[in-house]
Amino acid sequence: MTNWVIKGLRTGVKSTRYPRAEETAAGCSPGLPAATRLPSDLAEMIVARCPTGALERSLEGVDVDLRRCVHCFRCTRGSNCTVDWSGGYDWAGFATERTGAFGPPFGRSLHILVVDTGDCGACLSEVKQLNNPYYNMHRLGFFLTPTPRHADVLLVVGALTEQMRLPLRKAYDAMPTPKRVVAAGACALSGGVFGRSFICSGGVGEFLPVDVEVPGNPPPPLAILHGLMVVAGRKPPASLYRRVENSSADEPR
Amino acid sequence: MSGRLDQVVEQIGLRWNGAVRPSPNLAHDAVCQIECPSEQLGEVCNWLFSEQDYSFGGLIVEQQKHWHLRYVFYGGAHAGWIHLTTSLPGGESQLPSISRLIHAADWHEREVEDLYGLSFEGHPRLGDFVLHNDVFHEGIAPMLKNFNGSEPVTDRSPDTNWRPRRIVEEIGAFAMPIGPIHSTGTAPVYFQLETVGEDVIRAQPRLFYAYRGLEKIAEGRRADDVLLIAERISGTSAFAHSLALCQSVERLCQVAVPRRASTLRILIAELERLRHHISAIAGICESTGLAVAAAHASILEEELLRISGALTGHRYLFGLNVFGGLSMDLEDTRCSLAAEAVANVSDRLDTLQAMLSTSSSFLDRLEEVGVIEFPDARDFGLVGPVARASGLSRDLRNAQPYCGYDRIEFLVPHESEGDGYARLRLLFREAQQSTRIISAIAKSLPAGQCRTPEWGLRPGAALGWVEAPGGAALHWLRLGEQGVVERYRIITPSFANWHGFRLAAENFAFQDFPIILATFALSVHENDR
Repeated sequence: MTNWVIKGLRTGVKSTRYPRAEETAAGCSPGLPAATRLPSDLAEMIVARCPTGALERSLEGVDVDLRRCVHCFRCTRGSNCTVDWSGGYDWAGFATERTGAFGPPFGRSLHILVVDTGDCGACLSEVKQLNNPYYNMHRLGFFLTPTPRHADVLLVVGALTEQMRLPLRKAYDAMPTPKRVVAAGACALSGGVFGRSFICSGGVGEFLPVDVEVPGNPPPPLAILHGLMVVAGRKPPASLYRRVENSSADEPR
Repeated sequence: MSGRLDQVVEQIGLRWNGAVRPSPNLAHDAVCQIECPSEQLGEVCNWLFSEQDYSFGGLIVEQQKHWHLRYVFYGGAHAGWIHLTTSLPGGESQLPSISRLIHAADWHEREVEDLYGLSFEGHPRLGDFVLHNDVFHEGIAPMLKNFNGSEPVTDRSPDTNWRPRRIVEEIGAFAMPIGPIHSTGTAPVYFQLETVGEDVIRAQPRLFYAYRGLEKIAEGRRADDVLLIAERISGTSAFAHSLALCQSVERLCQVAVPRRASTLRILIAELERLRHHISAIAGICESTGLAVAAAHASILEEELLRISGALTGHRYLFGLNVFGGLSMDLEDTRCSLAAEAVANVSDRLDTLQAMLSTSSSFLDRLEEVGVIEFPDARDFGLVGPVARASGLSRDLRNAQPYCGYDRIEFLVPHESEGDGYARLRLLFREAQQSTRIISAIAKSLPAGQCRTPEWGLRPGAALGWVEAPGGAALHWLRLGEQGVVERYRIITPSFANWHGFRLAAENFAFQDFPIILATFALSVHENDR
């Protein structure tokens, strides 16, 4: 057993400096498309290439609805023309203005119930990474809990399937108030690639009052961490829409 | 075509004397399609499976003018693929079950019954399976062509009194309900563990909470949009599944993939396998409560995710596979850098293995726990590392090579004990092989293009296969006019292994259950689709 203690000590500290400083290691985030100024014929071509309607035409180029992007890279790896691509991971934003973030009592101790309502496993895997030594979310006072009775935050991943509606409803109802819902991943936000069908809904927001939305397919661990910081009231939310500057439609939601 | 396949086909012709007719090959070689009347189906399947050492791949149903059922079998090296097909004349919806002879077909028949409304005569347990009877009534068959897949079902008439069946009747018998939301951050699955004292007597999982109807929603979409669905069958083996779909399209349309692209595909597929196995190892360490080892393995997992992200732009390798090659070229220098980083991870994985193999408290939880004997593994048609740990060493990478795996040197390790520790050792050994393949490829990447430019989609059907990290994955795609998908059948390794999982869990102590589950490295999402 002493071997393991020594091994642990030798490994040293791996944790990211986020949120105090930015994480710059390569491969932490797949990035998202940026709003891009383009002539209208090119813009139309690019928008048609997007399979989930994340790109929208505006007067001066292409706007992006981050909630719909599934990282297919068709708008950036295709031939002819491309949109700009931006890295980063501070993507989470408020879904509605109704409830907002938690106040100070919850800021440093937040218990989170994760419910997978039918994702592909990638979002769930990224949530799992939050407990690995690189992200180590315990240091921020975030804890995963297996029971809704202890949970302050319901973290939902995945397109909501018909067969998970009842378990999700039961879990939400069993949580004490005040409570918040964080939806993570394109499937939970908009249905993603699966879309609305006989078995999947077009997002968890149709079924539960979602407070914070985390874009990405899957959102990288740092983006989920940002979402939790936002719901805890420790970080400002980002805009879920990216619009070409100076266009007439420039109003943050 | 290989000699072994010819011999088998000839023997089928002699034994069943005319009733069974081999038809011309599909679009690719090493595949023989044989028409077989439904009465003889069981016999022929059993002969192939029991006497000729063919593995049961899966059952593919297509609704055209008649019902077409396709039973897919594959053999070892040079034994190729055999598709037994049978048709049901219009109006009929019943045929004999083959599950009594080939137990591996059990869940396939249950799924077809639930989603298509076909009935299998002699099958002991049909009904509540994919569609839960407490959500949808039994008469709903979403895979039928006339079922509208884009709207929610209005008339569900669920059976509100539905309860999981209990079969253990004994003094002190207790049913432990677990799930579908359980533990911290696990996929939705329900277990009813029936225990008497310490021992789990029956462990039947109830799956398909994450059923997203992928086979249904793929119908009517364009082929390249279905590729996005393929990546999201199981996010942790996204590349393997998209590769299987790409291969079925490339085989159907006879697209020659450039050598550079297929070699890079092997590199990425092995990177994914390595990450999958390390993730499974981390899960095993965590289930036994060995926190330092679990943390160490998850450090390695995160590093591999970052290597994947830096090399391909996406941590789970989404958006890389396209029909005819890859969506972007990966430069040689970046591949060698990635290979160096992978070798570094692999060295530390070896250290972890050495330390684990001397931690007696850890080994006590794994050795002789969750045993699956070779005959059971074979009867249940288990695949992948789970099967290889029980001595069933079939691996599609060398049995039915694709992507040019036949040009690459690697071993397919196997173990014989079939217990939890054998499965863990196997994961480590396969991870070493993957590292070896990655290093070898990065040193000698062929030059050239990474995508075939000019080709067109054509109507027809073809099978694509890969050895996904979890085992054999088969994708059957039928394209109609203008590249629209008419039928997409996804056969996943987790579907086969979940079927056999209860064998390992039953008759072991309740506290071993999470450990046995972890050693199986099962994916709920891959099973549910």
